[in-house]
Amino acid sequence: MKNFQGKSVLSGVAIGKLFIFKKQEYTLVKKTISDIEGEKERFREACEKAKDQLSRLYDKALADVGEEQAMIFDVHKMMLEDMDYLEAVEGMITEQKVNAEYATNATGESFAEVFANMDDDYFKARSADVMDISKRVIRVLAGVKEGGIDSEEPVIVVADDLTPSETVQMDKSKILAFVTRFGSQNSHTAILARSMNLPSLINTDIELLDEYDGKLAVVDSFNHTLIVEPDEETLAEKQKALDKWRAELAQLDELKGKENETTDGRKINIYANIGNAEDLPKVLASDAGGIGLFRSEFVYLGSQDYPTEEEQYEAYKTVVEGMGGKKVIIRTLDIGADKQTYYFHLDHEENPAMGLRAIRICLERIDVFKTQLRAIYRASAYGTCSIMFPMIISVWEIQRIKEIVEEVKAELKAEGIPFGEVELGIMIETPAAVMMSDELAKEVDFFSIGTNDLTQYTLAIDRQNECLETFYDSHHPAVLKMIKMTIDNGHKNGIWVGICGELASDLTLTERFIDMGIDELSVSPTYVLPLRKRVREI
Amino acid sequence: MTKFSYVVTDEVGIHGRPAGVLVKKCSEYKSAITIGCKGKTADAKRIMGVMSLGAKKGDTVEVSIDGEDEAAVKADLEQFFKENF
Repeated sequence: MKNFQGKSVLSGVAIGKLFIFKKQEYTLVKKTISDIEGEKERFREACEKAKDQLSRLYDKALADVGEEQAMIFDVHKMMLEDMDYLEAVEGMITEQKVNAEYATNATGESFAEVFANMDDDYFKARSADVMDISKRVIRVLAGVKEGGIDSEEPVIVVADDLTPSETVQMDKSKILAFVTRFGSQNSHTAILARSMNLPSLINTDIELLDEYDGKLAVVDSFNHTLIVEPDEETLAEKQKALDKWRAELAQLDELKGKENETTDGRKINIYANIGNAEDLPKVLASDAGGIGLFRSEFVYLGSQDYPTEEEQYEAYKTVVEGMGGKKVIIRTLDIGADKQTYYFHLDHEENPAMGLRAIRICLERIDVFKTQLRAIYRASAYGTCSIMFPMIISVWEIQRIKEIVEEVKAELKAEGIPFGEVELGIMIETPAAVMMSDELAKEVDFFSIGTNDLTQYTLAIDRQNECLETFYDSHHPAVLKMIKMTIDNGHKNGIWVGICGELASDLTLTERFIDMGIDELSVSPTYVLPLRKRVREI
Repeated sequence: MTKFSYVVTDEVGIHGRPAGVLVKKCSEYKSAITIGCKGKTADAKRIMGVMSLGAKKGDTVEVSIDGEDEAAVKADLEQFFKENF
């Protein structure tokens, strides 16, 4: 039994025989040629053939994995039509009187170097594309056949790294997992592995030895490991993990596109919570109906100074636009003395949980608040956007907020900057807000209950304090009564009520929340489908 | 000749696929089109050059258009950049 460590690009388990993928060996030889025109003609013919291959690969990829993945072959084809590239190869054949194989390789390498030296991972990854097209032309010139998987049963493919043209030629039903020695989270293999839901590892410390070929192995990307020739005990344990993972996947996947509806026909919305724009792909993959909590702290915490309107606008716009019209609820600044950045210059507080935080800072520093509101309103022109305000205790706060919002809208209008219809809501996370929920509901379009803070303030228990474990109860009836009261008062005034705290993903409470009449639950993207499953069982 | 500049807002910039889309679009026009970014310039109808500009989010690209249809091309391309990058 041998263990190898890698980095997971998609968590899961695969058990099967290893397939050691080695590139088709072709020894490049530099030759001096005399028939320059003939050699250039040979190069042009090879390019045409290579482009034919790429067209076929495009069609195959389109059918197998969709347009997004297939586009790369179209780009490769364009690269083979690029005059800079073609002229460089032909120029080299003419000037140095070298064979087409050599000129193509040398040109490919010099173009690849340009990309490899760029300071961005996406651009760096393009150097692999240049080498891929160059190698393709060379293979055509040299008459080397393309290789696929020659195994009868599905295998774990082990390689240095795989090019798009290598992976697309592989019969997808024969691949259990990818294990590569190199590559990155943005490499084609990683992207493909995620799109095919194959548990895969990159940067794995395994050598491509022939002796591994055909050996039984386990990829456990939950634990970032590849185990070659596992002992019986390990194998049995991993087989269990595999069965469990598969069963969960199959069940959840079937739920995509389905309604969040109970067996007796009650429907709720299930939205996702996110912390920054990079979480967007996870939300889209989770099939969430919207974003129920977009924490805006990241624009402040990741910054050295107050983030500009433009910076914030870009971040919000990316998410609002990316959700394609689905609702995105942005929570305004929610920081305090315990979660702050130095440029806010907040004084040290004895009790930050009850201090100058969240909306209180915004109402004290209207300029900071207005910058954020302007950025959100500008982003609202690109989709469906809502705003919610944290830490509300009094009706006057929301009235003051609405005045400021009106000022912002008037300013934008005067400047001719477009914005959309924006729902305004508040977080219900203080006992005061619950007690005032009847009055507050008359001022806003929705409530979102933040159960973490509401529990802490209701029970007077700091959840980080381990000494209080005996007293802490996440299902405390006081909290559940507060939730019920909030829902009732919201509905009485015709507004919708959701939960965006941790309790929303507590599947043991889902039925009670639905019985209470909850309209929306917002959870982290990975909980969207499990929650949908639970709702459909009720 | 006419010009416009544009600040890239797309998260990943004008790399493989986006560069391909841009080159295809520019190839539809008669006018000569060049793109400049961070001191480098490239023929907008040639993909390798466009990719090697390394235009990323936040970078300003200068697009110059020269030809009979330049006015129409400028309007088209400005819109195209806004929609795609």
